[in-house]
Amino acid sequence: MTMGVESGPPKVPLLRDPKLRGLLIQILLCVALAGLVYYLVRAAAANLERSHMASGFGFWNQPAGFDISQTLIDYSSSASTYGRAFWIGLLNTLLVACIGIVLATIVGFLIGIGRLSSNWLVARLATGYVHLVRNVPLLLQLLFWYSMVLTALPDFRNSVHLPGGGFLNNKGLFLPAPELGGAGPMVSAAVLVGIAGAIALALAARRKWLDGRVAAGIGVLLVLGLPLAALLVGGGTLTIDYPQMSRFNIRGGMELLPELVALVAALVVYTGAFIAETVRAGIMAVPRGQSEAALALGLSRALTLRRVIIPQSMRVIIPPLTSQYLNLTKNSSLAVAIGYPDLVQIFTGTVLNQTGQAVEIVAITMAVYLAISLFTALLMNLYNARMALRER
Amino acid sequence: MKRLLTILACASLAMTLATAASASTLDDVKKRGMLNCGANGQLPGFGIPDSQGNWTGLDVDLCRAVAAAVFNDPTKVKFVALTAKDRFTTLQSGDVDVLARNTTWTSSRDSQLGLNATAVNYYDGQGFMVRKDLKVNSALELNDATICVQQGTTTELNLADYFRANKMRLKTVTFLQLEEATSAYESGRCNAFTTDASQLYSVRLKLAKPDDHVVLPEIISKEPLAPFVRHGDDQWFDVVKWVHFAMVNAEELNVTKANVDEQVKSDNPEIKRLLGTEGNYGEQLGLTKDWVRRIVKNVGNYGEVFDRNVGQGSPLKITRGLNALWTKGGLQYAPPIR
Repeated sequence: MTMGVESGPPKVPLLRDPKLRGLLIQILLCVALAGLVYYLVRAAAANLERSHMASGFGFWNQPAGFDISQTLIDYSSSASTYGRAFWIGLLNTLLVACIGIVLATIVGFLIGIGRLSSNWLVARLATGYVHLVRNVPLLLQLLFWYSMVLTALPDFRNSVHLPGGGFLNNKGLFLPAPELGGAGPMVSAAVLVGIAGAIALALAARRKWLDGRVAAGIGVLLVLGLPLAALLVGGGTLTIDYPQMSRFNIRGGMELLPELVALVAALVVYTGAFIAETVRAGIMAVPRGQSEAALALGLSRALTLRRVIIPQSMRVIIPPLTSQYLNLTKNSSLAVAIGYPDLVQIFTGTVLNQTGQAVEIVAITMAVYLAISLFTALLMNLYNARMALRER
Repeated sequence: MKRLLTILACASLAMTLATAASASTLDDVKKRGMLNCGANGQLPGFGIPDSQGNWTGLDVDLCRAVAAAVFNDPTKVKFVALTAKDRFTTLQSGDVDVLARNTTWTSSRDSQLGLNATAVNYYDGQGFMVRKDLKVNSALELNDATICVQQGTTTELNLADYFRANKMRLKTVTFLQLEEATSAYESGRCNAFTTDASQLYSVRLKLAKPDDHVVLPEIISKEPLAPFVRHGDDQWFDVVKWVHFAMVNAEELNVTKANVDEQVKSDNPEIKRLLGTEGNYGEQLGLTKDWVRRIVKNVGNYGEVFDRNVGQGSPLKITRGLNALWTKGGLQYAPPIR
């Protein structure tokens, strides 16, 4: 009988076991890599020490002392720290990225669809746009837009007076701003809650838990009513801060800087051309039979595009679209050329200059861009997973 | 694993050697046969190359004087155009031997950056330029103004300090490059442009209509401009420092490019020590006896260099002011050679 004989794979010496060996090599590689990184960091620190250069992150809480042209949160050159300046730069970068991504997507889709239009003129114009914009370096376009904005707008003395108390000149667009008195934070919170509530309602309506019209009504009520209620409860008074002309400038109100406009315009026009090509590729990837079938069913051309073609083409569009969003965000660092105070301009520029701590500051900035990009990619991947073809 | 360790050990050894190699900058420069000088590249009067690539300027001539002292040849300099932002890193990393790029001497640059300021070769201060038709006569009238400024200098800090101290409101637009900052000013985006006064004059020259713009009288900061070297190499520090002092001493003793060969025969003991006919002060610095003769013969004394680059002999026509010799009411005062 063969009961005593061992079945199963033949015995192999431990070191020749491919699984174990693979694991061992990978562990060794990781250890070596970690060692190398550790060594480089140590060497850099030692070199800084030897050349008597300051290191560490102590500068973060030191007063900044310089002025910034656009601050979304409170900042004063006397009281604020380098850390605060960092957050201002980051918010300004995020502002450009968010506006840019939304507008570039709209431009991209319009042009991309336009390129496939059966209207000769529209198609040629869209094609010309893509070729022109895609083949000129972004920095040049940025400088072009900036000088365009500055030359096209009237100078301060010939400011355009807008109805309702605003001004437009080459220092920017100045509009009346609502002042909320003491109830400011409460009202902002109420706005956020209202928007969140409206989004929840929209989702509920989509799942047919609620009638669409009822949901829309309640949503509008939430968005408008909640802040108003907060204002009344908080005891604030709504006053309008009108911009006023002073000797050289316009004081008060809200202001939109020409640098921001030029930067957004350049990024949107440039990235829009790339998105247009992505969109065109996506639409062309949908088999012709789909649109023919939709038309045969009596759907209009617009409806066919919206309900049949675009949803299917999104599966092709989203992955390259993600790269374009990342490009736009990273390209926003060119802001430094035209004086828009983004993260690179404030932090890797002025703060680095004043503190001289290049290693720390560049490392922080790189980490921030990495984080923004990874976060954008994560969101887009989630969206992609939702849009992906589900095999049933 | 053993092999890996060996590789690591070799790599670390190589890196240690690489960082320790720059023990003596003077020896390195002599061995290389060339001085690496970090200069401005965009600033007429201080450092700018012409269309043939010939560099001129006050800072440029300081580097040429160092080369003349070391090699007896003012052309043995490789100029590297540096932005305000990358200048310190380039010096720290050893890519240039001297940083002569209208750089303000401050305490933090001396201590925190691991650098040494040698000697002040131009006493400057930050000022403002405005359009004449604004009818502004003083910087104190600039309340609420928008001001264009180039990044990477002490300028932003001085600007904010000045407005704060005088309780004025300020809006700044900060640019990386001088070109963009001045063109934004010219297009009317800003009411005023601020930088060191020396630079204001050269910027004004480059505007479309220089006469429409005026430099305001206020100087809001002390900007002693000095060439910088790396901290920790005292010999090289001495060489660069004394090259400037030699040029100032030469002016004081009326030793010029034209008469230096005559002056060698002078009986004046101070001139004898300066020109190396008495004592061996040049050799003590690691140079030659005739180091000052080489400098003055090839480049000129401080006054000649000043006039040629920024003074009456140049388009800038900046008056000597603070930069006159101490004997003429200025601040240029060099310790004696003895």
